[in-house]
Amino acid sequence: MKPVESALQVRGLTKRFDRLAVDALDLTVQPGEFYALLGPNGAGKSTTLRMVAGLLRPDAGTVGVFGIDALANPLAAKRIMAWVSDEPMIYDKLTPLEYLEFVAGLWAIDPAISEPAAHELLFSLGLQPHLYERCEGFSKGMRQKVALAGALVHDPRLIILDEPLTGLDAVSARHVKGLLGDRVRAGCTVIMTTHILEVAERMADRIGVIAAGRLVAEGTLAELRQQNGHHSLEDMFIALVGAETETAAA
Amino acid sequence: MNSTTALAWFARHELRLAWREWLAIMTAGRRGRKRAALIAVIVFAAIMHLPAYAVIGRFATLELPLDRSALIVMTAAIFLAWALMLSQAIESVTRVFYARADLDLIMSSPARLADVFSVRLVSIALSVTAMALLLSTPFVDVLVIGGGLRWLAAYGVVVAIGLSAAAIAIALTVLLFRLIGPSRTRLVAQIVAAVIGAGFVIALQIAAIMSYGTLSRFTVLSSDAAAAFAPEPASLVWWPARAALGEIEPLLVIMAGALVLLGLVMTILSPRFADVAVRASTNAAPNDQRSPARAFRAGSQRQALRRKEFVLLRRDPWLVSQSLMQLLYLVPPAVMLWRSFADSTLAIVLITPVVVMAAGQLAGGLAWLTISGEDAADLVTSAPLSPSRMIRTKIEVVLIAIGLMFAPLIFALLFASLPQAVVTALGVIVAAASATAIQLWFRVQARRSQFRRRQTSSRLATFAEAFSSIGWAATGALALALPIGALITGLITAAILAATWKISPQRE
Repeated sequence: MKPVESALQVRGLTKRFDRLAVDALDLTVQPGEFYALLGPNGAGKSTTLRMVAGLLRPDAGTVGVFGIDALANPLAAKRIMAWVSDEPMIYDKLTPLEYLEFVAGLWAIDPAISEPAAHELLFSLGLQPHLYERCEGFSKGMRQKVALAGALVHDPRLIILDEPLTGLDAVSARHVKGLLGDRVRAGCTVIMTTHILEVAERMADRIGVIAAGRLVAEGTLAELRQQNGHHSLEDMFIALVGAETETAAA
Repeated sequence: MNSTTALAWFARHELRLAWREWLAIMTAGRRGRKRAALIAVIVFAAIMHLPAYAVIGRFATLELPLDRSALIVMTAAIFLAWALMLSQAIESVTRVFYARADLDLIMSSPARLADVFSVRLVSIALSVTAMALLLSTPFVDVLVIGGGLRWLAAYGVVVAIGLSAAAIAIALTVLLFRLIGPSRTRLVAQIVAAVIGAGFVIALQIAAIMSYGTLSRFTVLSSDAAAAFAPEPASLVWWPARAALGEIEPLLVIMAGALVLLGLVMTILSPRFADVAVRASTNAAPNDQRSPARAFRAGSQRQALRRKEFVLLRRDPWLVSQSLMQLLYLVPPAVMLWRSFADSTLAIVLITPVVVMAAGQLAGGLAWLTISGEDAADLVTSAPLSPSRMIRTKIEVVLIAIGLMFAPLIFALLFASLPQAVVTALGVIVAAASATAIQLWFRVQARRSQFRRRQTSSRLATFAEAFSSIGWAATGALALALPIGALITGLITAAILAATWKISPQRE
């Protein structure tokens, strides 16, 4: 029997800026999994995901995406991945539909597939009334939704999101969570960083906690509870991160 | 804190903001460069005395009473300075309207808004006046050194120019707000600023071409026809010129006039300024810019990227105003070209450097917008398109846009002179390619909205771009008049480009 390929397999990933940002990190995410990466500010979450998405070149280590070596063959890996950052960077002078048309074009998706998908995505995110308006007047939440729709329009197998719920109101956040949940149920893999522990607690199949560039804990919520003896994720997070920060400081 | 103290405190705050903004532009936002920037400004001001001497050194000995021709030339020069300051002031006013992020704080404070905004208007006027003084100092210095202390009165005229330009700019911008709304005012104000800045010079050039077949503006100003139409020497029209020459009464009157004008604008508009500023900040980009519904288009990844770049360029307000300005500058050579069909003249050769220079400058701006000004850098980088193909596509967009803009003029030139059309076309291609290459070597990741600061993010790139455009323009002109000279300027320009590449960050 052919072994199941990991959606993401990271080994010894290292990145140094002024200081060590990611320290020989190992991480494995299975296909169809919703994986939440938690950590304090500056822990190395975004740097890790930016390296996985091909936005940053690691100093050392390997990144495998569904069996593709993402460092040796970045275009093949990018073809099945999508990246959404916490700062939604879209084009002010394009409408949401024009933006999605551009993204679909960059991923070389047939318009017969991408156009209905774009309409459906924008509709499900509540952007239907704004399809033909330029994004320059959009709020941060609306821009985030357009960016998310852009990430989904080419139907990626792996979606990487860096703080996707920042700036969204409760209704929009629920829309986004629903959309991501649907994608995971359809077999897509989602890796997401978040500071909202409740989201990780409710949505993630597995949770990884990163501090000072290293993975300090990983598992399902139940496994983490068992390992650390805390009932709430918040207590667990503070205990893990606090201990790690003290060790790093020492 | 009483109200006077509060206003003085707010004035200090405004001036500090203006100073820091200027400093950020001069130092490209890098701390620790303050001293270097200040030294650079002083050195630049000192060097500027040389061209200032070359331009107006010979006028230093002028004394009252002046003849009509001298009065016309001097008044026109003062009007030109005023028009340029007005253009700059409109740009400053719109920036203050749209870019300041402190409105919530100000509006929620217990300060009287009319007073607070009066201070803001004065601060705009002072910034514009300070800039006018900075730019005019080398010229006035040359006149003082060559013609005596009486020329110090010219500083008073410069102050009047700055204050009155700021007053008119504020009134004009508020009027635009009322007439066309905040979303369109930004673009229209930029276009108005460009037209005002360039319009006067261009109108004089067109008059010179039509009447005398030359591009020289002085030909019109010092002509008998202009003297015949000019008012009597006692007319108020000449008071700014007489004031600059040291006559006290006109000097006091125009300075007082500028102050009264600013006071009037402040009295009338300060109470409304809050409303305008709030509408500008909250409504700077309302959703009234709609695009028609149409089906998604098929095509390659590069076609998708090209389409996106062209749409963004077409919708870029900076590009619209800059293109308009470039087109305005091309009007005089176009008129000359049209005139040369009837009356063959050697002056037509002058078209080539103007066109080549314009192409180089415009290509530099376009290249920055497409290569460095990528608003969704993460998206494009995470797309399955290799960086080299992406850059190639963006370069294609710049060169196609330049081709589309300049092809009609070169096509028209074909009918006047085939060799000149070929030389001009080559010049346009080489100048545009050089400017694009420089932008590529010095590319940085930035937002399109940061375009204003592009020239300070790398001064080396800015100077290289300017020298390259000037060099290729000179090469084009010399290729038609003195081919051996073209070889020399061409080699020098190529050497400048090679040196620029050698020290560029992308080479490392």
